[in-house]
Amino acid sequence: MGVHELENLFQQKVDHEIKIEPKDWMPEKYRKTLVRQISQHAHSEIVGMLPEGNWITRAPSLRRKATLLAKVQDEAGHGLYLYSAAETLGISRDEMLNQLHTGTAKYSSIFNYPTLSWADIGAIGWLVDGAAIMNQVPLCRSSYGPYARAMVRICKEESFHQRQGFEILLSLSKGTPAQHKMAQDSLNRWWWPSVMMFGPKDDESPNSVDSMKWKIKRFTNDELRQKFVDICAEQVKILGLQLPDNDLKWNDERGHYDFGAINWDEFWQVVKGNGPCNKQRLDARNKAHNEGAWVREAAIAHAEKKKQRTAKAAA
Amino acid sequence: MIEISNSELQDVPVQKLPVEALINYTLNLADTSLILGHRNSEWTGHGPVLEQDIAISNIALDLIGQARNFYQYTAEVINKNQVAFDLPYVTGRAITEDDLAYLRDVLEFKNLLLVEQPNGDWGQTILRQFFFSAYQYLLYEQLQKSKDSQLAAIAEKSIKETTYHLRWSSEWVIRLGDGTEESHQRMLNALQEFWMFTGELFKPSAYEQVAAAMQIGVDVTTLKGAWMEKVTAVLEEAKLPLPTTPALQSGGKTGTHSEHLGFILAEMQFLQRAYPNSNW
Amino acid sequence: MNNKEWPLWEVFIRSRQGLDHKHVGSLHAVDAEMAIENARDVYTRRMEGVSIWVVESKSIHASNPDDASSLYDPANDKAYRHPTFYELPDELRHM
Repeated sequence: MGVHELENLFQQKVDHEIKIEPKDWMPEKYRKTLVRQISQHAHSEIVGMLPEGNWITRAPSLRRKATLLAKVQDEAGHGLYLYSAAETLGISRDEMLNQLHTGTAKYSSIFNYPTLSWADIGAIGWLVDGAAIMNQVPLCRSSYGPYARAMVRICKEESFHQRQGFEILLSLSKGTPAQHKMAQDSLNRWWWPSVMMFGPKDDESPNSVDSMKWKIKRFTNDELRQKFVDICAEQVKILGLQLPDNDLKWNDERGHYDFGAINWDEFWQVVKGNGPCNKQRLDARNKAHNEGAWVREAAIAHAEKKKQRTAKAAA
Repeated sequence: MIEISNSELQDVPVQKLPVEALINYTLNLADTSLILGHRNSEWTGHGPVLEQDIAISNIALDLIGQARNFYQYTAEVINKNQVAFDLPYVTGRAITEDDLAYLRDVLEFKNLLLVEQPNGDWGQTILRQFFFSAYQYLLYEQLQKSKDSQLAAIAEKSIKETTYHLRWSSEWVIRLGDGTEESHQRMLNALQEFWMFTGELFKPSAYEQVAAAMQIGVDVTTLKGAWMEKVTAVLEEAKLPLPTTPALQSGGKTGTHSEHLGFILAEMQFLQRAYPNSNW
Repeated sequence: MNNKEWPLWEVFIRSRQGLDHKHVGSLHAVDAEMAIENARDVYTRRMEGVSIWVVESKSIHASNPDDASSLYDPANDKAYRHPTFYELPDELRHM
């Protein structure tokens, strides 16, 4: 079968919503796109543990401490599911980690912003996880089987994350004036970076066309962003807080909220590595990995010794 | 009946002893679990490999969960018996688990010195967990028989978690002790760091003696033999020597801590103290 | 320096007594014992399982998708293997 024919067959399968599985033939570019997207997604989960993790030891109550810890631990799990899904495409976790540690792989820019107050844990849960869920739910139907299955698991587990974030913000908003201020300040800092999480505008998103054709992606960046704004604009009323956008208002004609201009300069600067915490996050990941090297080696060495001893005993 | 000779007890009227001892005894269990859970949670996001990052976080969660059970019970005992329990910012209302964790200072914390020691490298964290879990397993085994049904119930629930912690940490001690040259060396170092704090596990404080005499608590002196047996077996399999140096450091149970606890509390309690009487 | 990556394992979980073990994903571990413990920590955090199987990924042999037509299509015309193939009188309610 020629490549052209294989490609046709492949596209037919995708068009008919038949999942692509690891050993099936797939265009090289499909494989590469998936490896890139899934590993970026995995890296985002792992790096995302850092800004929230640094509040585990400062969480203001035992209940909050336990839930935050469980949440950050879930993110490690999600990173693991995603690395596993990418590994079915023939790349090792070590290779992917190496790309992360050397700065050649990207991860979600949102995690290059600092968490300055306890309210940021609420804002991350409500906005950042909210945006992530919006991105992730359609990925449960992604054309690549292992990715779709990992996403189903992740989405199921994520549902408590956003709720805990909303609950934190609600407690703060209804709390003392100082707490209310803390919550509002946090929204002021996290709103726009969250809106940017959906990526560049559709006409500037280079990989979108193929990803849509291959059903790796189901909605465009702008479609998802609009959906996110519409939902948040309503939910913020329940919180008794304000989104920092004077242009935010309901447009009856469009049936959507209009919102203000996004600062794309800032977006690209952070993507390029010039965000407030890019260096700090990568340093932390590198440090953990390097300091863990002797542990990983020792575990392998011990397992090999054990294997040899068993073999000897059996001989 | 164990003789109570500790001077700190002599000023306390006899009829108050049981409740006081119960409160102190339960706080000791709560504080120890909380501080070790807190220490382990410092690894979250920084573990040597993703799978183990998740494992140590699980143990942290288990320990914090145990601590909450003990704090909630302590608060209940304090409130029900209307015990005068002095805490800053708390007036005219019932005491909660969070008050006990977040509003007591270093001198009032009763955790073991072992658990407040810094994490060090993965080997030190593993060894600390192993020493502790081997002890906690034996402790809970006995505490299940406590005449205090609440303590017995918490022990019964928690021992399942501890069984796993002990298994996990034993395996890691063996792996690292009998791994590479470097890992072996690091474990020797860890033994050097932590052995000195193990004596305290079996040295009863006055409130432990009272609790044991009342059969609500465990006589920790009786746990030492089985603990040594377990530790000896695991260290032997790990090709590590059993330390022969004395393990003399103690004081945590009665509030005389190492310098490390102050920093833990400063970090842990800062929000509660900076914004007192707030709802989180 | 031994820079080898920990081997990859496939994880199968029985979610309830009486059900089959089902593939849930994979993870890295140095041996089977560690793989089971890691699986417990990673894949059963929400009471998803009562039993775990782990298999080193390299030990799994899979059928080739190119053979799919010769392997699975022949089953298509064996409708007589299914109960609905048989026409029975309506009076016979349960069989």
